[in-house]
Parts: sequence; C-alpha cells; structure tokens
Amino acid sequence: MDFTDSPEEAAYRAKARAWLEENAPKYAVKRGAAMEDDESHDDMARGKAWQATKAAAGYAQITWPKEWGGAGGTPMQAVIFGQEEARFGVGFGYFTIGLGMCVPTVMAFADEATKTRFVGPALRGEEIWCQLFSEPSGGSDVAAARTRAVRDGDDWIINGQKVWTSGAHYSDFGIVLVRTNPDAPKHKGLTMFWIDMKSPGIEVRPIHQMSGGSNFNEVYFTDVRVKDSQRLGAVDDGWKVSLVTLMNERLAVGGGTGIDYSMILKLARELKTDQGTALGDQAFREKLADWYVQSEGLKFTRFRTMTALSRGQTPGPESSIGKIIAANQLQELSNAAVELEDQYGIIDDAELAPLSAAFQGGLLSAPGLRIAGGTDEILKNIIAERVLGLPGDIRVDKDVPFKDMPTGR
Amino acid sequence: MNFDYSDDQKFLKDEARKFLEAECTPARVRAVLDDAARSYDEGLWAKVAAQGWLGAAIPEAHGGLGLGHIELCAIAEELGRVCAPIPFASTVYFLAEALLLAGSEAQKAEWLPRIAAGEVIGAFATAEGPGAVSAAGLQAKVEGGKLTGTKVPVTDGDVAGVAVVLAKEGAQPGLFLVDLNGPGVARETLKTLDPTRGAARLTFTGAPAERLGGPGEGLALAEQVMDRAAVLIAFEQVGGADRCLIMAKDYALERYAFGRVIASYQAIKHKLADIYVKNELARSNAYYGAWALNAGAAELPIAASAARVAASDAFWFASKENVQTHGGMGFTWEVDCHLYYRRSRQLSLVAGAPRVWKERLVSHLERRNAA
Ligand SMILES: Cc1cc2nc3c(=O)[nH]c(=O)nc-3n(C[C@H](O)[C@H](O)[C@H](O)COP(=O)(O)OP(=O)(O)OC[C@H]3O[C@@H](n4cnc5c(N)ncnc54)[C@H](O)[C@@H]3O)c2cc1C
Repeated sequence: MDFTDSPEEAAYRAKARAWLEENAPKYAVKRGAAMEDDESHDDMARGKAWQATKAAAGYAQITWPKEWGGAGGTPMQAVIFGQEEARFGVGFGYFTIGLGMCVPTVMAFADEATKTRFVGPALRGEEIWCQLFSEPSGGSDVAAARTRAVRDGDDWIINGQKVWTSGAHYSDFGIVLVRTNPDAPKHKGLTMFWIDMKSPGIEVRPIHQMSGGSNFNEVYFTDVRVKDSQRLGAVDDGWKVSLVTLMNERLAVGGGTGIDYSMILKLARELKTDQGTALGDQAFREKLADWYVQSEGLKFTRFRTMTALSRGQTPGPESSIGKIIAANQLQELSNAAVELEDQYGIIDDAELAPLSAAFQGGLLSAPGLRIAGGTDEILKNIIAERVLGLPGDIRVDKDVPFKDMPTGR
Repeated sequence: MNFDYSDDQKFLKDEARKFLEAECTPARVRAVLDDAARSYDEGLWAKVAAQGWLGAAIPEAHGGLGLGHIELCAIAEELGRVCAPIPFASTVYFLAEALLLAGSEAQKAEWLPRIAAGEVIGAFATAEGPGAVSAAGLQAKVEGGKLTGTKVPVTDGDVAGVAVVLAKEGAQPGLFLVDLNGPGVARETLKTLDPTRGAARLTFTGAPAERLGGPGEGLALAEQVMDRAAVLIAFEQVGGADRCLIMAKDYALERYAFGRVIASYQAIKHKLADIYVKNELARSNAYYGAWALNAGAAELPIAASAARVAASDAFWFASKENVQTHGGMGFTWEVDCHLYYRRSRQLSLVAGAPRVWKERLVSHLERRNAA
C-alpha cells in the first residue's frame, strides 16, 4: 500500500499540472454548486472547446485505447489528471453521460463503422450524447420501459415517451431502451438502439426542476424511424446491453459534488460570533470532522476501486457507496451551512452572498442527486443483495409476460 | 391533565382546515411562488383577516377575538399544512405578541385593533447579516428617538407597515416600534430560498423609533417574543411535516416499481415510519409549548426551545424524504414537494436556526438543574 505517488505517477502529475496551467485557465468559469443550471450558449461553447483541447493532448479519455483517441493510460493516471483538473474550475458536465455511459456502450456493441463514426466526435466534444432509459412508468425499474419499437422491413418504428433525460435538449445522439416484445417477461423483451436526436418524430420538452433550472427533459417519440443497423446488441437482448451502460454509470457518477468540507470551513471562519468565529464552536468542529472523515473515506474507497481496475478487475456493485454518501453529504452540509448563517441563510442571491449561494445551490440540487442514476434505496438494496449476498425481495414481475405485469395504471 | 385540544378547539381547527383547503389551494401558493413581484397573497390575507384569525389571541378590548393561544396554535398548524403564502407569523406571532408582552396601553390601543383588522402587516427585525444575533454585534442604534442602521434579512420587511426593531440605545439593547412608511426608511426586496415568503433589507437613517418596554430590556424581551413565536411556528412546522407524510404515503400507495406499489418495500415503509415518529414527537413537544405559552408558565423558555428543535428537525426530515419518496417526480417544479422543502428551510431560519435554540435550551437546563 502506498498513498503517495510512485515516481512514474509523480512525473505524470507534474506533466499534467504543467499542461493544465498552460491550457486550462482560459476555459475556467466561476461556477456555483454541483449540477449547475448555467447552460448558456457561451458555457457550452467553452465546454466543447476545452474538451477538444484535452482530446488533442490525449487527456480526454485517458484510459481508452489509443486507436480510439484515448491515451492508453492507467486508471491511476485518470485519477491523477482528474484531481489536477478539478483545481481549475473547468468541470463541464455536458460530456459525462456520453463519454461515461453511452459511448462505452456503443463501443461494446456496435460494428466498426459505427464506432469509427461516433467515438472521435464524442471524444472531441463535437457531439453530445444522452441516455434515454427512464420512463414515466419506471426509473428505478428501468426494465419496465413501455416505449415500443415495431419492426418495419429494415427499420424499426418507435412510439412512446422517455422522461428525466438529462441534456436531451442539447444532445446530438442518444441510446434508447425500447420494448420490442411485450409478450416476453420484462427483461427479455427489450432492445437498445442508438438514435439521432434530430430524427423526425422526436420532440424534446424541458422539465422545470425544483432547483429552478431545466437540465432534464421529457422526450416524446412519434413514429420515429431507426435503421436496424442502429441496434446495439441482439433483438430482445437490450437488458444485457443496458447493464453495461449502468455498470459504467457507477464509475461516471458519484464523484465530487462541487461542495466539500473546506468550503464550509471557510464560511465558518468568516462568520463572527461573540466568542470569535463560528469555526470555534465545538459542535460545529465535530460535524466538520465527520464530513472530512466521510469524504476522505469516499476518496480512498474510490482509489481502492481504481487499484482493482488497474489490475484488470471490473468495478463491482460496491461502487454504489459513492453516490449515497456524496449526495447525502451534499444535502446535509449545504443545509448546515445555510443554518450556520442563521436568519441570513434564507437569502438566495449570488451577488449578496456568493459563498452561501453555492450552498443554497447544493441544498436545492442534492435531492436530485439522491435520485438520479439509482436512488439511495436502490443503491442500498444493491449493497445488501449483490455485495452482502442477502436474499432479494420476492419478485412478482420476473416471469410474467410484460403485458400482464401489475402497474397500477 | 389533558394533552389534547378541547372540542371547541378541534372544531375551530377543522373549520380552519376546510377554509384553507378551499381558499389556499396549491395553485394559490404557486401564484406567489411563480411571480417574483409578489411576496404574499393579498386576497387570502384579507379573507384570513375576515375570519378574525389575526386577532385570535388579541383581547376583545383591542378588537380581537380574545381566544387563547391554544386556538392560535390550532390555526398555525393549519396554515403550515397548506404552506400559506401570507405574512401571518411576522404580524401575529412577532408584532402582536411583542405588543401584548411589552406594549404600553397607548401602543396596544394604536396597533392591536389595526392588526386584528388586517390593516397593518408587521415585521420583526433583529438580524444584521450572516450569523446568529448577538448583543455584542449589534450595530443599529437609537439616539434621540431616531433609528440608524441596517437590518437584514427582515422577513416580510418588503410589505410590512411597522417593524419591531432590536437596536442599541446608549450601550443597552432595546426593542423599538418603527413605522416603515415613515421618513428615514429604505427597503430592498431580497430573493430568498422560499419565494412564497418575502424578505427585505431595511436601511434606517434617522427613522422615528418608539421604545417598546423599558430601556435596556431589548434582548430579554426579544427572547420572550421569540419563545412565543417559536411555539407558534412549531405548529406551522408540524402541520407542514404532516402534510409531507400524507403526500409521501399517498404517492407510495399509487406508484409501482418492479410490479409492486413502492409502499410495499420496507425501505419506504421505514422511511414513512421514521417521518411519523419524528412528527409525533414534534407534535407532543409543540403541545407542551402551547400549554406553557397559554398558561404563561415559567417553563416556557425550555418548552419553546424543545418545540422549536423538534419541529425544525421533523419538518426538514419529512420534506426531504417526501421528495425522495416521489423519485424523479419529486425533483420537478410542478410537483408540490419542493414547496414544503423550501418552507421547511424558511421556518427553521426565521426565528433563528435550531443550533441557537439548542444552545439556549441547554443553558436553561443548566440553570434549572444547577447543583
Ligand atoms: C436530476 C436527474 C437526472 C436524471 N437523468 C436521467 C437521464 O439522463 N436518463 C435517464 O434515463 N434517467 C434519468 N433520471 C431518472 C432517474 O434515473 C430516476 O428518476 C430514478 O432512477 C428513480 O426512478 P423514478 O423517478 O421512477 O422513481 P421510482 O422508481 O418510482 O422510485 C420512487 C421511490 O421508491 C423507491 N423504490 C423504488 N423501488 C424500490 C425498491 N425495490 N425498494 C425500495 N425502494 C424502492 C425509490 O428509492 C424512491 O424513493 C434522472 C433523474 C434525476 C432526478
């Protein structure tokens, strides 16, 4: 065990830092909390330019093979670059879902021509992808998808609705999970396709979210035609394909939330009290210690995952820990910061209170983070059942034909 | 001993609920939420005044209904349940209570009838920026009956006609009544976490100020007003928390995942049970506070602190886990979960954050249990 950089890692870090210092500052933005709502054209243009810059230098997807535009690097190098990059305020969220989940799925299941067509542009930030899995009928229960695809010669015709699709409003492509056989049990009648978001018949309607912004969408499909060649994996085998996407999701989400103990430490130090500053308060110090220990535990757990990865093991369900902790800490810490300010905490105005505005952003986005990409409850079920091997809930939906499954509506 | 509302009080509470279900629908709350120019519902305010609620605990001699504080608590619970977008707390729990507690006969005669009639909105101005209010940090001052200084944030300061202001007079803190429509007052409306409630920054430059209570009594009086307000706000919090539990339960019973209603999963059952337990403990602490308030009991500071701590915790927990139970739907603007999430923050902050009350609670316990 060694928590310091090896000589090679130190050299890589120095190289990455030098490169970042030279290239990153001009793309940096002053950003608020996690899951920012700022999607101005300007922000997107800057994000794309930064992505292209990284791609040209081999920093876009460090662990991907060189033939696909990656650096053929180690997971540790990716961690090191991520740590260094985080210090520059260039964390654009536009590419996470595409590069973290959708494109790896395409790479695993598509033919060479398709891969050649899509991987490069996605890597360079020229094309953005979204994940069209959740539906009104199910987010936790993704396999309950009802959106129908019916074969028509060499095409498929898709009708239905997806919901909570992050970034659909600015995405160029997506991967979509659809029902191709309603007579089979639910996991056995799904098929995955990649889809052009500009296809006739697709309508994207932004959803106003509780935090005020509109990052996610309803996506309606009316007689949308896709070619059979857009299929990823076998017909009715889409569930297996989606598991590859979701496995990658575990690694893509659960990282930093943009708010940590150091920010609330700063806030407490600035808050004068009769005894000095809020940082001197014993109860607050104890909480701060807890948050720090929790974050470090999470960080080092992630490192352990990276070590496992670098030995060729696949990330297991234990990565579910990450998002449960990160999302709940974001909520608790943001709330504690707001309460630390006492009555003043209610003011939600970035100009009057720049630091607290970040916490308020966190307070309003944290509930979404506890739900997106696997709710707290589902993640705990995964830990209980797949890590600890405890028996699952009695299932009533596995062996019945999908069309006969109880749904309440 | 009797640990419940009386039949008359129950009747009042039921009537209040029926009235508010009809008059304070989610659509009405959202009309304030979605309009940045509005910080309260004027129509609802007038109707609430017509019900006599603003003067529920104001003596008949001053134009009120002359009911007790338990009745006011019952109304508060119902206002909390519907997330009422009106300056009720500022006007009734703070201004009217401050006057009842410390006002001279002339001050009572001047203001209480107007409060009861819904003619004046009140505000309680103690904070001067981030952090808990402290005597040492107080900057606002009164000299020769004129107030100078800045108070921020002041809940309902954007619409109030009169404020109770904590300010120094000489070296001593005092409470002062200030006409906000008079000279020397500037207001700036602030954007807040709960847009269904307003707040402002008030800047005073020689505004005429009239002392409420004796010189140097400011902090002690402010604490007594806060105790009263804390009990009443605890009832709003309990009402809101109960509403969250019902929303979560209703949704859990109709939402299917994996072929079953989500209410059949133990993770959801335990979550709802946890909300229920917190709500019931908060309700019991609030009842004790209501008794202490109504009876003018010496236990009020401890009872009020306990009510505030329990109710703040219960409402926060219920509001966030209600969102969680609703899954992706809960994170949307269109679903009402976030109204309660926001209101739970507003109510936890408006009378000072729970951490301040925990400290007060323990210092009172320390004194009471002195060896
Ligand atoms: C900010 C945000 C971004 C999102 N982005 C995307 C996206 O890009 N693409 C996409 O496809 N989807 C996306 N989603 C959807 C997200 O994946 C779902 O909302 C999530 O999986 C929950 O599904 P649901 O909303 O249907 O809730 P439900 O599944 O209905 O869950 C409701 C409640 O029941 C609980 N529950 C459900 N099943 C069980 C069980 N078996 N045991 C115990 N408890 C259970 C849940 O934990 C939750 O508390 C996003 C959601 C959010 C909030």
